[in-house]
Amino acid sequence: MIRAHVLICGGTGCTSSGSLSIQKAFTDNIEKNGLTDEVKLVQTGCFGLCELGPVVIVHPDGTFYSRVTPEDVEEIVTEHLLKGRVVERLVYADTGDEKVEGNVSLNDTVFYKTQNRVVLRNCGVINPEDIEEYIAMDGYAALGKVLTEMTPEDVIKCVSDSGLRGRGGGGFPTGFKWSLCAPNKADQKYVVCNADEGDPGAFMDRSLLEGDPHCLVEAMAIAGYAIGATKGYVYVRAEYPIAVQRLQKAIDQAREYGLLGKDIFGSGFDFDLDIRLGAGAFVCGEETALMTSIEGNRGEPRPRPPYPAVKGLYNKPTVENNVETFANIPQIILRGAEWFASMGTEKSKGTKVFALGGKIKHTGLVEIPMGTTLRQIIDDIGGGIPNGKKFKAAQTGGPSGGCIPASLIDTPVDYDNLTAIGCMMGSGGLIVMDEDNCMVDMAKFFLEFTVDESCGKCTPCRVGTRRLLEMLEKITQGKGTLEDIDRLEELCYYIKQNSLCGLGQTAPNPVLATLNFFRDEYIAHVVDKKCPAGVCKDLLTFTIDKDKCIGCGVCARNCPVSAITKTDYVAPGHKLASYEIDADKCVKCGVCMGNCKFKAISKI
Amino acid sequence: MKSLAELQAIKDKMKSKVVLREGAEAIRVVVGMATCGISAGARPVLAAFVEGVNEAGLAEKVTVSQTGCVGMCQYEPIVEVYEAGKEKVTYVEMTADKAKKVIEEHLKGGKVVTEYTIAASKA
Repeated sequence: MIRAHVLICGGTGCTSSGSLSIQKAFTDNIEKNGLTDEVKLVQTGCFGLCELGPVVIVHPDGTFYSRVTPEDVEEIVTEHLLKGRVVERLVYADTGDEKVEGNVSLNDTVFYKTQNRVVLRNCGVINPEDIEEYIAMDGYAALGKVLTEMTPEDVIKCVSDSGLRGRGGGGFPTGFKWSLCAPNKADQKYVVCNADEGDPGAFMDRSLLEGDPHCLVEAMAIAGYAIGATKGYVYVRAEYPIAVQRLQKAIDQAREYGLLGKDIFGSGFDFDLDIRLGAGAFVCGEETALMTSIEGNRGEPRPRPPYPAVKGLYNKPTVENNVETFANIPQIILRGAEWFASMGTEKSKGTKVFALGGKIKHTGLVEIPMGTTLRQIIDDIGGGIPNGKKFKAAQTGGPSGGCIPASLIDTPVDYDNLTAIGCMMGSGGLIVMDEDNCMVDMAKFFLEFTVDESCGKCTPCRVGTRRLLEMLEKITQGKGTLEDIDRLEELCYYIKQNSLCGLGQTAPNPVLATLNFFRDEYIAHVVDKKCPAGVCKDLLTFTIDKDKCIGCGVCARNCPVSAITKTDYVAPGHKLASYEIDADKCVKCGVCMGNCKFKAISKI
Repeated sequence: MKSLAELQAIKDKMKSKVVLREGAEAIRVVVGMATCGISAGARPVLAAFVEGVNEAGLAEKVTVSQTGCVGMCQYEPIVEVYEAGKEKVTYVEMTADKAKKVIEEHLKGGKVVTEYTIAASKA
């Protein structure tokens, strides 16, 4: 009989930190110790603490091991699984300010306590490749309820009443979207899932697909019933191989169990799903471009109206939602619209999953109720900024989003509050920046991304974003003028108003947001020719403090361009002559500064 | 899948397997599995509990788990039963046969098998 479960994270984060070799080590060691019949190995989806990966959880006690290496596995098996002694040194025990002794369950850590897992409820709990485990956690019960007890109108009403809004970033009410599509008559309608997660730093959808793929299958079937569609497509990036493989397995299992296919639950309702792989073009995350791509054409957006609800995929009425939006649906059906509406703020209900990244202690995946303040996310859940640095801003929404400055850290995070401060929720990437990040450089980074990813169909986006980038480059090189800043702002508004699709309409957001909150940094680049954060290389000068330099010569030996030479000057109290940097030769790589043990080199 | 009953059947079947991870169990049986416990014969005791609890259909309610040495090595194998709102019961010098009686009378019937407890052993 099985008495213990060992859960190993098989998400992309942990897989890349080596969880596959750990799994193998567990298999070997469990066999070696004759525990094959007593211990079950389960590969699960992302637990959310990617930075601590590879993550291993041992149940029933819930011991949470972090940063496990294959060498640790033998100890876990012989000590914990065989003798019942927890391997304390590997236990993740951060419960806030105080370290708690002993066997701390994952649920006691601040990282998890502050969260409210609705969408991620099964991630890290069930085996995503076993449909029966999903069923054990009330899986497919919502589909059963919908098909046997509810009319399509009931379903749409339930979703509308819940207040669920699109989690892809726009925040369009999901129930309303469905109700626009449902009455349209056609011989074929479609449900499409947008899993083309393209924002740099975002991995919410990937983790969901990897950790709980059946949830998406179930939700899409429910959506199909609500709007009268019998066919669905999941458009997922080919760069997510684990997600694609698990989703395919989930679809195959659902077909085998008759949860996809003809006459599901004897209700006469037919529904089937297929996966379409995206080739990684950012624009394909835009709904019309995504549909064009599924049709087999080059991924380019088309003008709206007609909206997809009327003429979508193959010119048929189509509903398209994001992965996370769908993942909320089964819970809303089972637990009711009121339950869902009880979470969150007045106009933003439920929870939101964020991918925390950047200058933060706990990078990972978190799910919090709407309306949680940025301070709680960063300080409590995220564990604050490492190395004692000061929080400067949080970037949300990737290349389409803006930033929230430190002065607004107490803003409750929901759709309307973020829009009000000129930011946007976005799909859930949250990149934390500290005092060492230059905001002009950040805007330039995202513009480089959108220039690359613009499909080129409309002029404002194709040409406009390139001109924006050129102006930003000019500013970061110290060649900008105050007029450039005004022209930059003017062009931003022009692109926003005139681009065809969401990509162009939102591309200037990083520039506008930084101009709004950090205009002084732009001015410092233009007027003082200085980068306050010390990032923009062209505005930096590396100098050696000749009185601090002891003349060891480490900098000169390591300089890749031989820009450092000895002088005749010997500082008082020192024996050797100091060195100096030839500014004309210096390429500003920073190697000398990193190597100087006497802090004699500085950049200004 | 043709009916809700079919779905429910799978759920019922799987629930007891997955419940190990939910932590909402009413009773928790912990077997001391340190070196002292194992050498005194804790492995068959643990196996007897795991199998017996499942056979008795108590898997929803009872979690069988393992732990380290509690410090009274001469009384091993030690089994402790935790129940919400009640005082912990410590059984000592357990065997697979004793385990069956504990499952039947204590876990199923709710009556502590006093003769196996540490209090009886010391007296």
